Amino acid sequence: MTHDTGPVLHAKGISKFFPGTIALDEVDLRLEPGEVHALLGENGAGKSTLIKCLTGAYQRDNGTIHLDGQEVSPQSTADSQRMGIGTVYQEVNLLPNLTVAENLYLGRQPMRWGLMARRRMNAMARESLAGYGLDIDPAEPLTAYSVAIQQVVAIARAVEMSGKVLILDEPTASLDRDEVQLLFSVIRQLRDRGLAVVFITHFLDQVFEISDRATILRNGRVVGTRVLADVSQKDVVTLMLGRQLESQVHDRKPAKAGETLIEVENLGKRGMLDPLSLALREGEVVGLAGLLGSGRTETANLIFGAVPADQGRILLRGKEIPVSTPREAVKHRFALCPEDRKTEGIVGDLSVRDNIILARQASQGWMRPIPRAEVNEIAERYVKALDIRLASLDMPIRLLSGGNQQKALLARWLATNPDFLILDEPTRGIDVGAHAEIIALIEQLRSDGMALLVASSELEELVAYSTRVIVLRDRKQVRELSGAEITPENIVHAIAEHGTPAEEGAR
Amino acid sequence: MIGPKHSTFKRILPQLLILAAALAINLVVFPDFFDIDFRNGRLFGNLIDVLNRAAPVAILCVGMTLVIATRGIDLSVGAVMAIAGATSAAVVVEGHGWVTALLAGLGAGALCGLWNGILVAVLKIQPIVATLVLMVAGRGVAQLITEGKILTFSNEGLIHLGAGVVAGVPTPILIWMALGALVIFVVRRTALGMLIEAIGINERSSRLAGINSRVLLVCVYLVSGLCAALAGVIVAADIKGADANNAGLWLELDAILAVVIGGNSLLGGRFSILASLIGALIIQSVNSVILLSGMPPEFNLVIKALLILAILVIQSPRISYLMYMLRASGPQPQPDTAPLPKTQKEEAQ
Amino acid sequence: MKLRQTLLAGAIAFAPVTAFAADLTIGFSQIGSESGWRAAETTVTKQEAKDRGITLKFADAQQKQENQIKAIRSFVAQGVDAILLAPVVATGWDEVLEEAQDADIPVVLLDRTVDAPDDLYLTAVTSDLVHEGSVAGQWLVDEMDGADCRIVELQGTTGSSPAIDRKTGFEQAIAGHDNLQIVRSQTGDFTRSKGKVVMESFLKAEGGENICALYAHNDDMAVGAIQAIKDAGLNPGDDIKIVAIDAVPDAHLAIANGDMNATIELTPNMAGPALDALEAFLADGTTPPKWIQTESKLFTAADDNQAIYEQKKDLGY
Ligand SMILES: Nc1ncnc2c1ncn2[C@@H]1O[C@H](COP(=O)(O)OP(=O)(O)OP(=O)(O)O)[C@@H](O)[C@H]1O
Ligand SMILES: [Mg+2]
Repeated sequence: MTHDTGPVLHAKGISKFFPGTIALDEVDLRLEPGEVHALLGENGAGKSTLIKCLTGAYQRDNGTIHLDGQEVSPQSTADSQRMGIGTVYQEVNLLPNLTVAENLYLGRQPMRWGLMARRRMNAMARESLAGYGLDIDPAEPLTAYSVAIQQVVAIARAVEMSGKVLILDEPTASLDRDEVQLLFSVIRQLRDRGLAVVFITHFLDQVFEISDRATILRNGRVVGTRVLADVSQKDVVTLMLGRQLESQVHDRKPAKAGETLIEVENLGKRGMLDPLSLALREGEVVGLAGLLGSGRTETANLIFGAVPADQGRILLRGKEIPVSTPREAVKHRFALCPEDRKTEGIVGDLSVRDNIILARQASQGWMRPIPRAEVNEIAERYVKALDIRLASLDMPIRLLSGGNQQKALLARWLATNPDFLILDEPTRGIDVGAHAEIIALIEQLRSDGMALLVASSELEELVAYSTRVIVLRDRKQVRELSGAEITPENIVHAIAEHGTPAEEGAR
Repeated sequence: MIGPKHSTFKRILPQLLILAAALAINLVVFPDFFDIDFRNGRLFGNLIDVLNRAAPVAILCVGMTLVIATRGIDLSVGAVMAIAGATSAAVVVEGHGWVTALLAGLGAGALCGLWNGILVAVLKIQPIVATLVLMVAGRGVAQLITEGKILTFSNEGLIHLGAGVVAGVPTPILIWMALGALVIFVVRRTALGMLIEAIGINERSSRLAGINSRVLLVCVYLVSGLCAALAGVIVAADIKGADANNAGLWLELDAILAVVIGGNSLLGGRFSILASLIGALIIQSVNSVILLSGMPPEFNLVIKALLILAILVIQSPRISYLMYMLRASGPQPQPDTAPLPKTQKEEAQ
Repeated sequence: MKLRQTLLAGAIAFAPVTAFAADLTIGFSQIGSESGWRAAETTVTKQEAKDRGITLKFADAQQKQENQIKAIRSFVAQGVDAILLAPVVATGWDEVLEEAQDADIPVVLLDRTVDAPDDLYLTAVTSDLVHEGSVAGQWLVDEMDGADCRIVELQGTTGSSPAIDRKTGFEQAIAGHDNLQIVRSQTGDFTRSKGKVVMESFLKAEGGENICALYAHNDDMAVGAIQAIKDAGLNPGDDIKIVAIDAVPDAHLAIANGDMNATIELTPNMAGPALDALEAFLADGTTPPKWIQTESKLFTAADDNQAIYEQKKDLGY
């Protein structure tokens, strides 16, 4: 850190009001050149809103912004990009129909004789993405790739746009360790060039690994800025939550021998997942581990019928059942909380209330509307149980903060009282406090007799709740760990047994 | 929390204001506009005409609102009107009763709707293309039924649907109001409305939540076909004849316009049938201005275009936001949180 | 392609022309059946040909010029003796008409004319739209006989030539008769339904008692307007005089019922005069005038409208 020059960016007294919410209340943020500055806070604390106000995505209601000592007031995201602020927003905001390369270079395409130099652009894109360990075809449309890869593309784009400041809003939520390390090396390079990097995440390990200082928000207010070398993780958590986080006692009782609920036999789909078999008993949590693109999400989707399988079968309590659509799955009391909450989860313009009730109502059929009082009761119960922060149940769900959207989706599926719950990255974007609560919840559901299949890239988390862990690699089931075998080291080992992880990350 | 009644009113307030303005212009061009008397056993007056002549578009826009809520569009309704009118006329001309004729017409409309629904929901053809097929071919089918002429009939029962009165009120008024009330009731008292909105906002999420989007989509086009058929029978009954060439011509555009004036987004999602119905009344009021003003017909389209343009500009998010800013003091939300018609909280009941 | 057709056409041109009516073959390219009148024209044309022992090859173009051009080319290739053409649009005919001319096949235009040099076709049989309007106007002039009369007018589709010409003719006929005055004029798009709607507004805007006559550019609009007048509690044909154009069967019926007063016939029999001219031309080369105008006959309550209705109703109107 160099203090002889002034701050790169200095925001003072930023306030932002939404109907029913004070999202930001006189927030100050000071970014020194050559520092990585973490922005921390609970779900709904106002982190994303602050970023949006700084970059002109929202118009702030109060406050000033100085960039290199000069007062600026970006009116749009394009504006802030021109000023040298590159941003990756929490909800990846690329154009799905364009190719990867086009997304990367949109607005600054290499030109040749007045035409877009497509070949050169693709080559540039390939090279740029290789720096993040991605070996993909940049001429493919973006939708051909997973959220994680889309996120890397968004990061690459932002990095190239940032001359002074790079802002990353939960960039690592769906990345693996190795991608994270690659990203960090890019961040360090930028930092060494004197850029200021803002880093938002709920992974405190990562915060302490990469960041120099942290500003902590609570309920729209700054509760402190700390030099991280001087504090412990526990201090930071206490600042964020305003209370101490009780340490969780994992009483991982061995699975009570419940009835076998689900048997999946040789379920697969060509080009997507090699035939896979697994069985789940009531009161069991099976974890799905593996790298990006190893087939975790694909497994979840096939079992739930979100993508019809082309071989294999599913048995429920010993009887074969057809599951070729989510609707059939829901009928048999399956539930799937998807990984990509924006496109596969939330119904953005519907109210939080309607979103919570949606799956339950769909399974009851349109003829039997759930009475309004009951709807309110259910919605309020889950909002309270999961501590969803909102101004009103009537607000469109897209206005909730990312982590709160995630919780609302969990509520949607819990409201269907499923027998078999599939969770794909359940803690993605969830804050430390809620993270512990969700792990406790999984534990609770398990002991109530539910069968759960949980895909996660967080090994500690998998270890915490799984009674068995299935390790996937290269769209294949490679190991099954149970009991005392379940340790982060064993999982990493199983994942890495063959091939190098960096290759596995690409698709 | 805001009660449902209050928020319904808030949702349709812009449409009500525009309607009031359109009626006021009528009053300016024709001072006796609001006079209503009782003549020849029926209520007689310009206001009655507006309500009566709005019937076809009002009926169409009920189905169209639902289709548009699913992110679709139904261009075929005009042609379906012609088919249904021709079918009913052919049936009464054959000597059957009016009930049979009405059912035959509705049946024809249901078939057309089913066809559209299957193209859209099962074959996944884009709605605008899928319904274009019937828009182009449908009128030909109607012409085959009527053999190119106006198929005149004199069945009193059938004629009553379009030209009759019940207690002095023209039957079409009662029909469209009853239909509107019925569909609003069904859609809002069951979960249908919410499920349709969910599909329109995010089909993928909805499907994953277990919504049977395919069946719902087919149903929505089916309802649109039925509405078109009802409108077609009324239009034929009104002139005691099925005019395959002209019945419902371009009315699909008026129906879409009514939905848009009703503040419903063509991108699907939250909808209000009540607001669309007011939209239909607004369009008919504009037509009434044209007729009553006595301007030469060369100006018809220009006047209509200007008035509609003015309405749409007033409703545009930018202008609504400006108006909001003018009224508001203190914390001011951004355009993305301003009370745009589409994202308003509660829905018309 | 073009070359082959030209060769083919040339080959046929050398065939001796044997112009006996009895074994004439004539091609008829009809626009379609978009209106009752059009359907009647088709029926009458077929009937006329049959009565004369002519073989008629009929082609329905379904409103498309390209279909008509195809049909004419196929008539030429088949070596018909003459072609009747009811053109769907005015332009774009030069080439195909030249092909027919190269093959020595005379073409007669029915009902509408084209923008092409007039030596490319033998003659055009059409009605005179302006004249129709003036017959209607003259009838009203005579009917009112100097009494004051406020007239409302239902125009055809704005900008279409029948609407413009029928309006012009009517205005010419009433010009100089200060007792007659058009007080409202609005388009009814030639449809029954718009006729009814617009008449409803006229009745309110002017007050039914203040309207003495209705002039409609076609019968369909008049039939619609009659219903509106009845709904207003007035007596069409009596309280409000009604004159329109076309003389479709429903208009005769309305006159027979006393709901309407007069209609001017746009005869569906364009083929009669056309075939007369063709037969004469093919027999001894008599060149007809470039324009044969059909009669615009006035029908009033004085005629036996019930009988005419019965006679016309099966023509396909
Ligand atoms: N456009 C909006 N309209 C209304 N309220 C909003 C809007 N955007 C955000 N909010 C509210 O502002 C608060 C702060 O949200 P923000 O997205 O900044 O949280 P966050 O700190 O990024 O949380 P997370 O960790 O879950 O992403 C939340 O309560 C949210 O509901
Ligand atoms: Mg956020």
